[in-house]
Amino acid sequence: MIEAKGLTKRYGDKCAVEDLTFTVRPGIVTGFLGPNGAGKSTTMRMILGLDRPTRGSVTVNGKPYAAHRTPLREVGALLDARAVHPGRSPYHHLLALAQSNGLPRSRVLDVIEAVGLADIAKRRTGRFSLGMEQRLGIATALLGDPHTLILDEPLNGLDTEGIRWVRALLRDLAARGRTVFVSSHLMTEMALTADHVVVIGKGRLVADRSLASLVADSGHSSLEDAFVDLTSGAVEFPAPTQNGSHS
Amino acid sequence: MSVMRAELTKFRSVPSTAWSLLSALTLIVAFGVMYAMVRVTRPPADPTGFDAVEVSLAGVQVAQLAVGILGVMVITNEYASGLIRTTLAAVPRRIPVLWGKAAVLATVIFTLCLPAVFGAFLSGQSVLSAERLDISLDEPAVARAVVGGALYLAVVAVIGLGLGTILRHTAGGVAAVIGFLLGPQMLTGFLPAELADDMYRWLPSPAGLAITTTAPGSTLLSPWSGFAVFLLYAAGLLTLAAWRLRRHDA
Ligand SMILES: Nc1ncnc2c1ncn2[C@@H]1O[C@H](COP(=O)(O)OP(=O)(O)O)[C@@H](O)[C@H]1O
Ligand SMILES: [Mg+2]
Repeated sequence: MIEAKGLTKRYGDKCAVEDLTFTVRPGIVTGFLGPNGAGKSTTMRMILGLDRPTRGSVTVNGKPYAAHRTPLREVGALLDARAVHPGRSPYHHLLALAQSNGLPRSRVLDVIEAVGLADIAKRRTGRFSLGMEQRLGIATALLGDPHTLILDEPLNGLDTEGIRWVRALLRDLAARGRTVFVSSHLMTEMALTADHVVVIGKGRLVADRSLASLVADSGHSSLEDAFVDLTSGAVEFPAPTQNGSHS
Repeated sequence: MSVMRAELTKFRSVPSTAWSLLSALTLIVAFGVMYAMVRVTRPPADPTGFDAVEVSLAGVQVAQLAVGILGVMVITNEYASGLIRTTLAAVPRRIPVLWGKAAVLATVIFTLCLPAVFGAFLSGQSVLSAERLDISLDEPAVARAVVGGALYLAVVAVIGLGLGTILRHTAGGVAAVIGFLLGPQMLTGFLPAELADDMYRWLPSPAGLAITTTAPGSTLLSPWSGFAVFLLYAAGLLTLAAWRLRRHDA
């Protein structure tokens, strides 16, 4: 369970996230949608205690993230799959994280197996493809067998097979009662993955509802249209209009 | 303790660590021998003021750059890749990460550099013995100077870590650690001679290096007070680094 109340973040005079209030419930996949620059990554960093909110607060499983003693057992996160040392192997990357939270070495081997990196677990990550890096990122998130998963654009750069694999994994985790919060800037990606969506544009909440009701109410045939409708007032760089001029 | 183990795993598992350490150890011995050779070809006019230990430990002053840069990179690498966010999400109190890195750096550098400094001393003395300028390890203060060389380098690594944590950027951190170790001495050149002499002994590197001398003379602080001053500089930088790590967004 993730609960954000009035979450606000300013960088200088730039407002990245404005007064966000929402709840992410366990047992379902919650999509976090918004165009690029909407504030999804910033929100996730605040949930993880990495960026300090300018105003408002957010808790994970009833406590601020930083109040958890061994946070990896509570929350698994993937913020940026490329955030690994190119000279270090997946095995040592995961081992160091496990040690920092008192997790047994066997967890490292388990997650390496689970994401299919066993063959290259001791190779340096420097030459990994984005798909391999995403798998390592997901292994990192799963390391502490957490109740809550927070994944920033985990489908980015994956091929069809990879996307299917991540989708199945997320649905399976939700089915086992975990809280799964996944961001994306593509509505089509979420259409097949999420049960519920929190949609933001320009840092503000524009929708927080089930995917089914969003489609039903939008009056459009496709989710893509519903998404564009919702966020059109909130996109930073509006698309050119029919005659080519900017609105 | 668990964070320290994690930091040791990280430290050991990248090839750049081994390369930095290897170059530091090589520099300690090679420059000690080379400087001893120079001094043999140009013996001092007055051998009473000659510090045979300091000569053989000249490599410490070259190796300090490799060691300081290693200290910087241990943290700035994480900022460059974004790994720091994963690290701090795993340890949200943050400060243990800094202590863990500092403890690993200081322990590893001291443990590996001690035999290298000792090797530099022995080979340096064997070179100096050609002109009968050598000194034995049994002489007073000689062992302290040799151990002091390794202690100095351990503190230099921690200073690098502090500067890297404050600046969060490899190029900036490397420039800062080189500037911190070598810059102030150069700047005193712009001051009146008497004032420059008074200030020199209080500057970070000269204060710290006093521990590697057996005849500190009038220009340096006494070995242990000098080292204490050096430790104060390191503590000040680490405090600033801890504040920066704790207060600012990752
Ligand atoms: N550290 C930062 N400093 C300044 N501006 C930032 C910072 N992080 C994000 N921003 C700005 O905040 C806005 C939201 O960014 P972000 O959260 O990355 O959006 P998203 O993940 O939805 O694409 C963007 O306009 C971005 O430029
Ligand atoms: Mg983003």
